[in-house]
Amino acid sequence: MEFLGGPLTPSSPRIPCYRTLDGTGKHIPDAVVPHDLQQQDAVALYTAMAKLQVMDTICYDAQRQGRFSFFMTCAGEEATVVGSAAGLDPRDMVFSQYREHGVLLWRGFSFDDFANQLYGNSLEPGQGRQMPIHYGSKELNYQTVSSPLATQLPHAAGAAYAMKLDGADTVAAAYFGEGASSEGDFHAALNFAATLGAPCLFICRNNGYAISTPANEQYAGDGIACRGTAYGMPAIRVDGGDARAVYCATRAAREIALRDGCPVLIEAMSYRSGHHSTSDDSSRYRTREEMVAWRARDPVVRFRHWLVANAWWDEEREKQLRHATRQQVIEALEKASKVAKPPVSALFSDVYADMPWHLQEQLQETLQVARRHPHLCPPDMPVQ
Amino acid sequence: MLARFVCPATTGCLGLAAQAAARQVGQWSRAYAAAATTELTVRDALNSALDEEMARDEKVYILGEEVGEYQGAYKITRGLLQKHGAERVRDTPITEAGFTGIAVGSAFAGTKPVCEFMTFNFAMQAIDQIVNSAAKTLYMSAGQISCPIVFRGPNGAAAGVGAQHSQCFAAWYSHVPGLKVLAPYDSEDARGLLKAAIRDPDPVIFLENELLYGTAFPVSQEVLDKDFTLPIGKAKVMRQGKDVTIVAFSKMVGFSLEAAEQLAKEGIDAEVINLRSIKPLDRATIAASVRKTHRLVSVEEGWPQSGIGAEIAALAMEECFDDLDAPMGRVAGAEVPTPYAANLEAMCFPQVPDIVRQVKATVGRA
Repeated sequence: MEFLGGPLTPSSPRIPCYRTLDGTGKHIPDAVVPHDLQQQDAVALYTAMAKLQVMDTICYDAQRQGRFSFFMTCAGEEATVVGSAAGLDPRDMVFSQYREHGVLLWRGFSFDDFANQLYGNSLEPGQGRQMPIHYGSKELNYQTVSSPLATQLPHAAGAAYAMKLDGADTVAAAYFGEGASSEGDFHAALNFAATLGAPCLFICRNNGYAISTPANEQYAGDGIACRGTAYGMPAIRVDGGDARAVYCATRAAREIALRDGCPVLIEAMSYRSGHHSTSDDSSRYRTREEMVAWRARDPVVRFRHWLVANAWWDEEREKQLRHATRQQVIEALEKASKVAKPPVSALFSDVYADMPWHLQEQLQETLQVARRHPHLCPPDMPVQ
Repeated sequence: MLARFVCPATTGCLGLAAQAAARQVGQWSRAYAAAATTELTVRDALNSALDEEMARDEKVYILGEEVGEYQGAYKITRGLLQKHGAERVRDTPITEAGFTGIAVGSAFAGTKPVCEFMTFNFAMQAIDQIVNSAAKTLYMSAGQISCPIVFRGPNGAAAGVGAQHSQCFAAWYSHVPGLKVLAPYDSEDARGLLKAAIRDPDPVIFLENELLYGTAFPVSQEVLDKDFTLPIGKAKVMRQGKDVTIVAFSKMVGFSLEAAEQLAKEGIDAEVINLRSIKPLDRATIAASVRKTHRLVSVEEGWPQSGIGAEIAALAMEECFDDLDAPMGRVAGAEVPTPYAANLEAMCFPQVPDIVRQVKATVGRA
């Protein structure tokens, strides 16, 4: 009779962590790299990560200046998000949590697109319905962000099942943090995806914190990766700060999902360098020393060192990229701030596929009141 | 979830309502389209609707607990697994939040799921997926992502199943913009409304009644046609009358019709409206009826506060206040969690004498 696990076997081996670059960005000899990056792809990956970093910094500051109500950065997780995005097919449907806008950037969402969403103006496809950072794009196969945590996980399993019924060669990819994996929906989604044989990738950003809750208070087991095998799916733990490793793992996971008709779990280990959001001050629950130590292992810097070592990147190009991106982001925010807000009719449309009579009545009533009393309507809102 | 009550063939517990319904068929035949020719149970009405819609559109599939191998906890999906295969009739593990989320996600991706809850009481475990995901996503995505899903299952009280299996959720779901909420009464309703719901691009809550599953109603050839649908948002006048308007849905329609027969013997001619659709609510039909009768009584099984009757009272104020000769009367369930003991349970839900008594009070003949 043998009990395994928990406090009875404290030194049982952890699931190993796959990586190809060390903490300073040097290639690890003998590292397994099934899909190595050539210059063009490596530079594309790097520029996306750097642009993401610049955009995050400026938008965070813009929120602090009161230009819009809310923002979240992905500081410290650029490699996890962009590396995995590059490993997916653009037709794969993405169900994100809220920190994966790097996937959108990789797929072609422009700075204007981001800015329009943040300002909730009439140019954004979401028509000002959602709070900032709740992006979505049907065109880029990126589901609109849903605030309640982990609800996107069963959605992804269901979408993957639909793809399977269709005989499609695409997968669904769900992103979530290690905190969200405590939700009931996580359990249901993984169990289901496995029993249904749905080609779904579950990509966990284990970034050490769920707002102020550190990972060692979030779970007692061997992180999130160990749960994959428990549900009957292949799982891997990867160094989330190593863009090349994340890229390789995602590509491989995708191949497994389609070839073997099963879900795959990826746990990317990284660190949330920024605050949880603009509503958080993380200095209240972690030390400066800890943050500085992780900053020294910044994934963008690590990857840049590898590019420089290959003579694919240099100081000059770095300066130019940072400078140009800064200008573009600031310009985009400026432009977006001047665009009119969605009109009054945007309040009542899209509740149903066709506007029912009672909403038509309410819309007409609202327009009448707005025209009779213009001072009741915000000045930048077209009364139509 | 632990206890699952699978109610066997329910003729035993149907009691008065179904027997009365069968007896009264002849007198109500004018309320049915064309000449009534076939008897069809609500169960078979739902089953045939599902079968036909699945044959018509390969995107339609069914999921839920026990819907496949077990033929359905209440046998509504009997035979469908054998006919359409395991990919389209899926038995799920036990997690309402899970399979509802899966269904919603697959609807986002282009399928048309029919998601069965063993009872809407258990759907509370999935209500976030229903409200925050299914109902709101079309709006939040500004029309880019739709959710053509039907959530169906028994709602409200059964018989002797206690507090956690007896709640009516019509009021809760009717509150939410983005959802359509239907409540069939008879077999014509069951077929027409379920087919309409499956074909509708918006998420639909389809509230059935367990005790009516075994009741047979006469249906015309038109109702049996594979393209028979009923419009969503239209109520049906089951019985014309001139003295008072009784508005009800689901099982209470049957009780109201029975009450109307009793009231007729005392010279009170009641008009009975079967809502069929809780959201959108057919305000126009209710108001037109009140303009004719000048008196209004609502009947529901659910609790009174913030219930469907409360909404009908508000619309009466807004649409036909000047036509009312008396304040509206409301018949609703007792404001307690449902007790199990048969005698206590019978006192919890409106019975025919309760409806008769309220109507008499509203028409001033108490």
